[in-house]
Amino acid sequence: MLIVEIENLTVQYPDVKALDDVSFRVDQGDFLGIIGPNGAGKSTLFDSMLGLNTKYTGTIKFFGEDIRKSKNYLKEIGYVPQKPIFEKNFPATVSDVVRMGLKNESDESKINEILQQLWIHELRNRRIGELSGGQLQRVFIAKALVNNPKILILDEPVTGIDQQSIELFYSILRELNSKQKITIIWSSHDLDAVNQLANHVACLNRTLFFHGESAKFFSNDELIKQYSEASMQEHMHHH
Amino acid sequence: MHRALISGIAIAILCSVIGLFLVLRRYSLFGDAIAHSSFGGIALGLLAGIYPLWTAYGVSIASALIITKIKDRYNISGDASIAVLLSSGIAVGLVIIGLSGGFTIDIFSFLFGSILLVSVNDTILILSLTGGILVVILLLYRQILYSTFNEEQAKVSGIPVEKINYLIVFMAGLTVVTSIQLVGVLLISALFVIPNVTAIMYGKGFKQTAIISMSFSIFSVVIGILISYIFDITPAGTIVLLSIGLFAGTIGIKSAGLLSKH
Repeated sequence: MLIVEIENLTVQYPDVKALDDVSFRVDQGDFLGIIGPNGAGKSTLFDSMLGLNTKYTGTIKFFGEDIRKSKNYLKEIGYVPQKPIFEKNFPATVSDVVRMGLKNESDESKINEILQQLWIHELRNRRIGELSGGQLQRVFIAKALVNNPKILILDEPVTGIDQQSIELFYSILRELNSKQKITIIWSSHDLDAVNQLANHVACLNRTLFFHGESAKFFSNDELIKQYSEASMQEHMHHH
Repeated sequence: MHRALISGIAIAILCSVIGLFLVLRRYSLFGDAIAHSSFGGIALGLLAGIYPLWTAYGVSIASALIITKIKDRYNISGDASIAVLLSSGIAVGLVIIGLSGGFTIDIFSFLFGSILLVSVNDTILILSLTGGILVVILLLYRQILYSTFNEEQAKVSGIPVEKINYLIVFMAGLTVVTSIQLVGVLLISALFVIPNVTAIMYGKGFKQTAIISMSFSIFSVVIGILISYIFDITPAGTIVLLSIGLFAGTIGIKSAGLLSKH
């Protein structure tokens, strides 16, 4: 079943074209890794898909319906932002934050279940301002999952997560996709991890220069070389 | 006296609940700005011979909503928009008072509060507004909390964040004007802010923080009214000093290491 259909998506900012004629599709059960250097338009793509950026041309459809016409699709999406921004002293515990994601507030047992699944049950009464980067990431995944979404969209944090948490995060993603059949759209900087986890790859650098099965991407040395050069140029540019 | 206590407790609960959302949205001085704009409304009512609280409700809610709209559309920062609202209310008030021929004694009761003189009708109004606003907050609790926590994520969850923001501004306007009788225009933001920043320091979850804040607020108001009655001093100052005392005490406990640090 077709879940996401993006056709000719173009986003023009005053000084730069952030996305240029991007088209791709996501089927149910896909695990799509979106890779691309900094400034490649990954966040713009996510913002457009989530309805946060409406200044685009082209069409974005979820479940066959244009997102300009209805916001109902948002109910089926769990979103994990790259940087969960909140007031450091916000008086909310881990349970409070996960509960925000819950549409039916009486469903307390669901909160405990999800906290246990993500190994953060023992943190449930801690204030979120006290947590490490890896713990916070799992809290926000829990918040995204508590409503049983069909699709999980994750903007992977680049810094502040320790290696052990990263491994745990990857194993959680794998389980959500393979056992619970949740469709995952995940932006990442880690090519090896995308190779291991995702079954589809979209390689973005303002235009989409590859979209297809991840095996095809990773067996094509020329594509990997192109990607590495683009990333390297961006890296040099930033430094 | 019992009317003062009943109204005082209702206002204490209302201000601490609305204030918690304002403080967490970095809108601590918004209460102050609405109160100052209500000063213009009060002066207008006195000039026109209408009960000043009614004109205060109209003027402060309308100006709070308008300034929020301007802030969103022209991307003006929260603190600057508060400054605009605050000074325009006072300016309008001063001009109107000038036109009406000078200060009257009535203005002072609105500037500094007059809870000991609260009428039966005022008490009924205060109780029904408190009840109404608390019901709305309970019904929309998740939406209000989520959009306070992170607007962008709340939007992605399908919450109508802009409507919720206007609702909060509207409820804050109602709360401020209702509370003017207790502490007056000049000290209103103390009721919104001090019990909440004190409660947040206790490091608990959202509901417990709200309950701690309400308890501190009720304590300050009840003891403040009683002290001011016994010693014949102004209730507004006494109430605010008591809540500052609780704030200072909490800082003391915290710096002694008896509360967890954040």
